[in-house]
Formats: sequence, C-alpha cells, structure tokens
Amino acid sequence: MSEVVVFLGPVLAAMLTAATPLLFAALGELVVEKSGVLNLGVEGMMLAGAVIGFMVAASTGSSTLGFVAAAVAGLAMGALFGVLTLGLLANQVATGLALTLFGVGLSALVGQGWVGRPIQDVPELRIPGLTDLPVIGPALFGQDALVYLGLAMVPAVHWFLFSTRAGLVLRAVGENHAAAHALGYKVVRIRFLAVLFGGAMSGIAGAYLSLDYTPMWAENMTAGRGWIALALVVFSTWKPGRVLLGAWLFGGVTIAQLHVQGHGFAVPSQLLSMLPYLATILVLVAISRDVARIRLNAPACLGKVFHPDG
Amino acid sequence: MNRRTMGKALLGLAGAAVALAVGAGGAVAQDKLKVGFVYVGPISDHGYSYQHDQGRLQLEKELGDKVTTTYVENVPEGADAERVIDQLAAQGHKLIFTTSFGFMNPTLKVAQRYPDVKFEHATGYKRSANLATYSARFYEGRTIVGEIVGKMTKSNVIGYVASFPIPEVVSGINAMTIALRKVNPKAEVRVVWVNSWYDPPKEAEAAKALIDQGADVIVQHTDSPAPIQAAEERGLFAVGQSSDMTRFGPKAHLTAIVDDWGGYYVDRTKKLLAGGWKSEDTWGGIKDAMLHLAPYNPAIPADVVATADKTKADIVSGARHPFAGPIKDQSGKEVIPAGKSATDEQILKMDYFVEGVVGKLPK
Repeated sequence: MSEVVVFLGPVLAAMLTAATPLLFAALGELVVEKSGVLNLGVEGMMLAGAVIGFMVAASTGSSTLGFVAAAVAGLAMGALFGVLTLGLLANQVATGLALTLFGVGLSALVGQGWVGRPIQDVPELRIPGLTDLPVIGPALFGQDALVYLGLAMVPAVHWFLFSTRAGLVLRAVGENHAAAHALGYKVVRIRFLAVLFGGAMSGIAGAYLSLDYTPMWAENMTAGRGWIALALVVFSTWKPGRVLLGAWLFGGVTIAQLHVQGHGFAVPSQLLSMLPYLATILVLVAISRDVARIRLNAPACLGKVFHPDG
Repeated sequence: MNRRTMGKALLGLAGAAVALAVGAGGAVAQDKLKVGFVYVGPISDHGYSYQHDQGRLQLEKELGDKVTTTYVENVPEGADAERVIDQLAAQGHKLIFTTSFGFMNPTLKVAQRYPDVKFEHATGYKRSANLATYSARFYEGRTIVGEIVGKMTKSNVIGYVASFPIPEVVSGINAMTIALRKVNPKAEVRVVWVNSWYDPPKEAEAAKALIDQGADVIVQHTDSPAPIQAAEERGLFAVGQSSDMTRFGPKAHLTAIVDDWGGYYVDRTKKLLAGGWKSEDTWGGIKDAMLHLAPYNPAIPADVVATADKTKADIVSGARHPFAGPIKDQSGKEVIPAGKSATDEQILKMDYFVEGVVGKLPK
C-alpha cells in the first residue's frame, strides 16, 4: 500500500501541471467551437503566447506581465484568424492550419535572440498545513497560481455557456447562424469575440509552458500540445467538465508512462503514449453512432462560413 | 561571411511543422574555398546543431583568408535534405558537411552526382570515393561522468533521460553505469525514454518523474536544458549534453559532455586545401579533442575531480577502455570477458543494458 501511495503522490502532482496548458487551450477552443468556428491554429497561438510571454517576463522580471502579454499575443493571433475567416470569409480549416504554420515560423523568428536565456520560474503557492498533507498535499495545495486559475476556468466557462444570456446567444450562433442573424444577433461580432477569447486562452497556455513548466524559450516548444487540445474538445463532446477530465487523462497518461518506465515495468512506453488518442477515437465513434447525441453536442454550424446576406 | 537569404519557406504537417531557412552563398572571391554545412536543428538550439556551428565559426576564424562558409539550418531529414545539399554543391561548394544521421542517403546520392565535390557525413556509416564519415566517441565522456555522479549521489539512484534506444545512446548509458558501479557498487541507473531528441516539456516531465522515484542526479541524452532546470528546481545535481548548460542550473550543473567539431573541420579543410583529402571514417574521442567535459561544478570535492582527471588521462593514453571486460549484461551473462575490451563494432551495435541499469531496453 505504501508503495502505491509513494507512486501516486508525485504522479498526481505532475498530472495537474501537465494538464494545465491543455486545459487552458482546450477551454478556449471549446468556446470558439461553440460559436460555430473551427480554429485549428491553437498550436500557432500557443507558440505566439509562449515566445511573447517569455520575452516580456525576461525583460521585466515579472511573470504576471508575461502572462498578460502572452494573452494579448494569443489574442492578436486570434484577431488575425477572425479577420481572415469572419471578415474575408476564408476557409476556416485552411486558415487555421496556416495560422499554426505561421505561428511556428513567426515565434521562431521573434524568439531568435531569446533561446537559451534562463529566467526565474513562477513560485509555487504554499498553504500552511494543507500543503504538507501526505499524498494529496503537494498535489492539491502546492501548485502555482495558474494551475488553480485553470481549474477555476472550468466552472466559469460552464456557467457562462449554460447559465448566462450571452452564453445562450453564443450557442445559438453556433447552432444556427442564419436564425440567430434573423433574430438580430450580430453573428460575426459574437464569433469574433469568441475567437479572441480562444486566442487569449491559447496564449496563456503557451506561456504556462515557457514561463512555468520549463522556464525557457525553445523553438516549437509546444511540441503538438495544441493539437492534443483540439482533440480534447472533441473528446469532451463540447462540455467543459469533460474537458477537465480529458486534460487529466491526457496529462496523467503522459506522466504515468514516464513513472512506469522509471520503475522498470515492462510496458512499452509507446503503447501508453498512444492511449489518449485511442480514447479520443473511441469517443468519436461512440458519439457518431448516435445521431441525437451529435446534434446535442457538436455545434451544428461548426466550420460553416456565414454570409450575412445569404 | 557572405550569406544571403534566398528564401524562407514553411513546411509542416499537423504540428510537426518545421521552418526551413535556405541561406545561399553570395558572390565571393573565386580563389576562396567554399565550405557548406547542413544542420538538422536551428543553430539556436544551444545543443547539437549549435556545437556544429561553433565548429564552423572556428573554421572561419582559423582559415578565414582561404575559405568562406555557408550554413543551412533546420533542414528536415528527408527529400528536402537532398535538394538543399544538391543546391550547395551546385553553387560551387567544394566541401560539404552534413551533420545529422538522417542525411546519410541524401548525401550519398548528391555525392554521386558531384564527383569533384567532397562530402562529409556525421554519425553515418555509408562512404564512397568522395564521401567521408565522422563521429565522436561520446561514451568516453560518459565514463568520466559515471565516476563523478557515483561519488555525488546520496540516494544511489541516478536518473537518465534518454532519447531513442539506439546503440549510441545505449552505449552511453552502459559506459556511465560501468564507471558508476566501479566507484559505487550500490548505485543503480533508472532510464526513461522520451522518444525525442528535443522536447523540453517532456524532458522536464521525465526528469521530475525520475526525481520522484528517488534519483538525486539526473543525466541526459536529449538536447534541451530542461532536465537541468528540473534538477536545479529540486536542489539536486544534473549533467548536461552537447554544450555547457551551466547557466540553466548553476548549482545543479555538475559538468556536461561538450561536442567539439571545430578541430576536425579545420583539419579536413586544410587537407583538402593541401590536396591530401581522402574518404575515410573518423571516430574521434577525447584524445582527438572531439569532445571534452564542461568545467566542473565547484561542489565536486577535489578528490573526485582528481579521480576524474586521472580517468580522462587514462582514456587518452589508452590505459583504460570504457568497455573493458568483464562486463555482464542485466541477466548476469558475461558479454565481454575479462582481459578483453569491446571492439568498435560491438560498441556500434550495442543492444543490451549492463548490470546496474533498472528496466528493460525497448526492442
């Protein structure tokens, strides 16, 4: 038993931090998709946030300013996507992919002189008494502020989407933009705001990696986490609570497979790394079999171009 | 350096996007020898490609009056590599260094098309009349590292963040473990494979997982300084890879195995200038100055430094071989008998863990 406890404690703590960037990016993308826009540029927006956040934090010495700048950088990338797809009616899939590629190149270019510069990482919070609890103490009460902010965003996004009028309007735009337009809602403006929110959240997710997780800037350091976040949104069937579960699952498996290797168990690490994606495919198959469920979950106008006059 | 950026194109597929910068040589005085370099990563990686570029800069510094150099960074291993190498050859480069294992076949193909151009490929094994190969005996550095970490560990658990289970990495783990167990028979090595050369977050996660399992020294065979940072954060020790990573963890960084390509690049270029270049395989060690150890952390006691220096001298003189028998594998089977040392071929094909490594080697 004590062996299991020794094994689980650190895994839990590491799992929460590994899940945090996924959580931010996926919650942002969830809101974007709920408004009927598919933005595949999460990876690019994360990288923009990672590099700008790092540069600002390294110059000012303040990680808070770094996170703010990262959110603004992500927001700017989101705005670019919004102008292209909502204003100029460009294809969302192609534009999203282009945004990712653009983000990879741009962040590498901007960050050229910043590679290999160390900075102070974000200090962890310590809650006297609670942090010292065995097993769950360090995991639950010894993380940095962003981890808790990420967790708080889950009920916040859920509340916004399902308990506020603005959330209802946003969902209506995502389900049927023509009807929402006919009712007098500004479809393009609402979607643009959603895209901006998604960009800012991705930017914060990226900065979490460059400021906190591994306090350094390295080219392409998100290493595909933006794509995992996109998979998470589908995995969660567009529900914030399930995004959290998914982020823990995806983050947990990544961490668990490293621990399993270190203990010398003979489980192929590639098999474990593959599991979250397998789970995503299974969820996709499961929800696709049931037409009613898809209708309930996937926004009906997802990825469709909206012509105000058509 | 007369270098003009011809174009910058982005390629990519589902997140594995790569930036490809094509730098083409501009107009130069025709009497100077043009030397080209092809790197797999960005020169700003502060690791593998960075060290190759340091070698190129040394070449410019020492032979700048006779050569001009050009480099192309971020070249993906695949069809693009052939195009980039071909372009360098077509532009009149007479000596071209391709610095990653995956450039092997593209380099060979281009070498056949340009018989009057000399090519050098790092870490590969295919040669032809105008294609030479070169690599460094990184495992020699690992032996010295093993002795140092064996004395510095208190928990007797060494964590090893490894990239891919290929012979170069496996022989490094084994060389370190053999030396480690000589000075500290109770110590063991735990290995985590991250299946990447460069993924800072994953390398950090791996280092933390190892630390959580009791490792108090982290050794890495991946390229980013993330494992050093993880060790620094926890107040433990770590050993860097490819370049001196002290600034990422001034307290943690014990030393690092630093690649040194400059001497080789200067030597080969001089040979070509003098007309004495020929295709051969160079596998250089500490003796040939193809690698060295970064300055030792002041926290290492003087007697440990003295032992490490003696081991280094013995490796250089040949008195000590990193794979001197008897060596037993994990099952206790003797793989190298007493009185013998592993041959180069045995090292290049190493596919087993020695005693002292925990966990199975993925097949």
